[in-house]
Amino acid sequence: MTDLTKLTIAEARDLLKKGDITSRELTEVHIASVDAADALNAYIAKTPELALEQADKADAKIKAGEQKGMTGIPVGIKDLFATKGVHTQACSHILDGFKPEYESTVTQNLWDDGAVMLGKLNMDEFAMGSSNETSFYGPVKNPWRRGDTDTVPGGSSGGSVSSVAGFAAMGATASDTGGSIRQPASFTGTFGFKPTYGRCSRYGMVAFASSLDQAGTITRTVRDGAIMMESISGFDVKDSTSVDMPVPNFEAALTGDIRGKKIGIPQEYHLAGMPAEIEALWQQGIEWMKAAGAEIVDINLPHTKYALPTYYIVAPAEASSNLARYDGVRYGLRDVPQNGGLVDMYEATRAAGFGDEVKRRIMIGTYVLSAGYYDAYYLKAQKVRQLIADDFKRAFEKVDAILTPTAPSAAFAFGEKSDDPIAMYLNDVFTVPASLAGLPGSSVPVGLDANGLPLGLQILGKPWDEETVFKVSGVMEEAANFTAKPAEWWR
Amino acid sequence: MSNYRIQGATGDWEVVLGLEVHAQVVSNAKLFSGAATEFGAEPNAQVSLVDAAMPGMLPTINAECIRQAVRTGLALGAQINKFSVFDRKNYFYADLPQGYQISQFKHPIVGEGTVTLDLGEGRTKDVGVERIHLEQDAGKSMHDQHPQLTYVDLNRSGVALMEIVSKPDMRSPEEAGAYLTKLRTILRYIGTCDGNMEQGSMRADVNVSVRKPGDPLGTRCEIKNVNSIRFVRQAIEYEAQRQVDIIEAGGTIDQETRLFDPSKGETRSMRSKEEAHDYRYFPDPDLLPVEFDDAFVDAARESLPELPDDKKARFVEELGVSDYNAGVLVGEKESCDYFENLLSALAAKTGKDAKALAAKASNWVMGDLFGALNKASKSVSESPVSAKQGADLLALVEDGTISGRIAKDVFEIMFETGKDAEAIVEEKGLRQVSDTGEIEKIIDEVIAANPGQLEQYRAGKDKLIGFFVGQVMKATGGKANPGMVNQLLKPKLDG
Repeated sequence: MTDLTKLTIAEARDLLKKGDITSRELTEVHIASVDAADALNAYIAKTPELALEQADKADAKIKAGEQKGMTGIPVGIKDLFATKGVHTQACSHILDGFKPEYESTVTQNLWDDGAVMLGKLNMDEFAMGSSNETSFYGPVKNPWRRGDTDTVPGGSSGGSVSSVAGFAAMGATASDTGGSIRQPASFTGTFGFKPTYGRCSRYGMVAFASSLDQAGTITRTVRDGAIMMESISGFDVKDSTSVDMPVPNFEAALTGDIRGKKIGIPQEYHLAGMPAEIEALWQQGIEWMKAAGAEIVDINLPHTKYALPTYYIVAPAEASSNLARYDGVRYGLRDVPQNGGLVDMYEATRAAGFGDEVKRRIMIGTYVLSAGYYDAYYLKAQKVRQLIADDFKRAFEKVDAILTPTAPSAAFAFGEKSDDPIAMYLNDVFTVPASLAGLPGSSVPVGLDANGLPLGLQILGKPWDEETVFKVSGVMEEAANFTAKPAEWWR
Repeated sequence: MSNYRIQGATGDWEVVLGLEVHAQVVSNAKLFSGAATEFGAEPNAQVSLVDAAMPGMLPTINAECIRQAVRTGLALGAQINKFSVFDRKNYFYADLPQGYQISQFKHPIVGEGTVTLDLGEGRTKDVGVERIHLEQDAGKSMHDQHPQLTYVDLNRSGVALMEIVSKPDMRSPEEAGAYLTKLRTILRYIGTCDGNMEQGSMRADVNVSVRKPGDPLGTRCEIKNVNSIRFVRQAIEYEAQRQVDIIEAGGTIDQETRLFDPSKGETRSMRSKEEAHDYRYFPDPDLLPVEFDDAFVDAARESLPELPDDKKARFVEELGVSDYNAGVLVGEKESCDYFENLLSALAAKTGKDAKALAAKASNWVMGDLFGALNKASKSVSESPVSAKQGADLLALVEDGTISGRIAKDVFEIMFETGKDAEAIVEEKGLRQVSDTGEIEKIIDEVIAANPGQLEQYRAGKDKLIGFFVGQVMKATGGKANPGMVNQLLKPKLDG
């Protein structure tokens, strides 16, 4: 019998429909696969009983002819999404023991469609990190190794990519604030998709930076991404920033036909010092696009160089305020020194509850919002953010999609960058601009570097034009024919 | 101009006052959540996941609160901003679950407007309103429930408040009191705040500074959360004197936040400018800017009832009610409602024009009714005699069934028993005697029984007519129509 964990979501869906397999079978092998992947540290909470219960319900649904794209499909959920009665801590110590009474809209959408939850996935604490080294639950390992050396899976959605690349989930929810879906997808040979800001509800998603946070998916194929994205998308009255627009059939966009499409190549993304093989792969991607009948157009995004500094003002500013609610008063960790008062409790709780990276960003955010600095930092950053969005707007008057590398490097080893925040932040140099502009984007796995580590290319689209991003991603996937799999050392 | 002055050793000081009034918006749900807002619920019984700032919870704007703020702005003749922004005001406190209050900082929903104060004897004064913004209330910390712990009640957390900020236009404790009174009246008329200061649905931060008349503004102190009009006056008196004393002793005023202690009648320092929070305001990224069109504003305007100033003018000019009566009646919405209900019922019952009845009716409400209510320590809304019952009573006077004198007795019984006037009149046989023959018969008897007085009268002692009227009234138990008695008695006495 074939290994069911190696199926794509689309394949499993078709087999479920035909009755060749049941969701229960599919779920059971995945539960075993989750257990077998403990060495990856991708899951920080497992929910096998719930999974089997959901699987049985899904089987009943399928029997009743009510199957949808995600019905009966076992997935992992990033710890950022509130799941009723289940571990939801954004992998922070400060949310110790927190199990919400409510369900995030994104996960509710999945359950409504009959999807199956395998458990909660590791991530950088409060989604702050690019290597999944800031989690209170320890780092996640990338299924892909550099020889014998473990590598990071990228971040912050490290558990999401590692579980999907390691066949311990067919798909996973993820979230992207500055690149937390696309960069780890690139590091693990998976397909990461971040929709337009406002496409998915943020209700029940632990907030990092509200104006940037957006849910998305990690899958092994573009088609799977389309299926899963369609399930989690949609307007929600409980999130004022979600937008009331119909959700297209994303899968239908995968026609394979991009003839006549104009693909923009931003000249500012040719970074000095970037590995030659990434440049070469990018060039290869351009050739594939041409071969598929697309027209390549050089474009300029002149404010690109300001994107990272802008992001590292806006995101920490919002985070400093969003994380104020973790005060030890109502839930999670509480640390009260002997004879301590309220302020002592705040200080002790937050000192013990937050990791270094989170503290760093709270301090940066507090600083840039302070009286006397607000105009010079926060307000200026908001203006630059607008300029960056305008760059894209102008570019999209000429092109249908934009093609860039996803990250300036392949996966790196543990500790290589964690002592140098700036080097770490540079990982997001290609993903952050689109986040600031709220654009949809993907990372498609296209090849391996000299060390045998995966590399991805990023495809960006116009606001609300996820379909073109999927379409171009599908063509790229087919052209790249990326079939490499990690050696399953963790089993 | 107010001539309120504090007499210092160095001369007279003028007091400069500005008020920030926090008025709880009348709405069924909180500003950003669906939780109920009713007063007096069990602690933490009206708290949604949003109000408790659970992880991943998002605020969504309650459109009714927006509408109420716009209606308030319109009632104060203020500029309505069709674009406004909610900001986060960041600070830590145990009863502030989010760690920030959602408020409006740079772009409030309502701009400049005016409140016209009634200062008595027809004097008025316009006080400028700087702005009105919407914000959410915090919860309540309870320090007296446990020896070591503080308890937190989040029922108020997220309740919508309007902060109505005045310009520093007031110059005396009386003006400040009149401002609060007038503002409260207007809010209650239009139903955007119940104005209940005891329950905390209206409270004021009072900014006080002093200066020599004509000098530039002095340094101000802000007295936080004063919760009655009387306390506002007391706090100002104390604080202004305190500032004068400091300055005259060679000191300077520190800009600071102070608290008023009603039991001691004094203000004391809460935090200095140096300790002041840096609130790190920034636009709330969870909320879109609030935008609405002219149609929304027009609909809000059309929903407004007649405002107190317009109502008073109409009472005086169209109904002939005295300026004083009109002022008092309009001052309390319940009194005014009572008066208007009574007047329309009376007009309907008698078929007479309201104009012909209004002055009398207002006198009765202000005199008989308020007198009885005062004596019984009851408010208008607790009156045992309804407006309809009052109208029935006055109608009996209008159509001559009973005299004004008897009406007072009947009202007393009504007030005690809650019975209808007509029932009492019937039961007690108080119907006025207007039968000429019957009255003439009694007059004849009275004259016959008092020959001495008649002689004196006829000898020129005119005043004795009062004696005879009294005797006739006495003989009829007060029921004789006094006009008719006078009319019939004179010719008989004159012979």
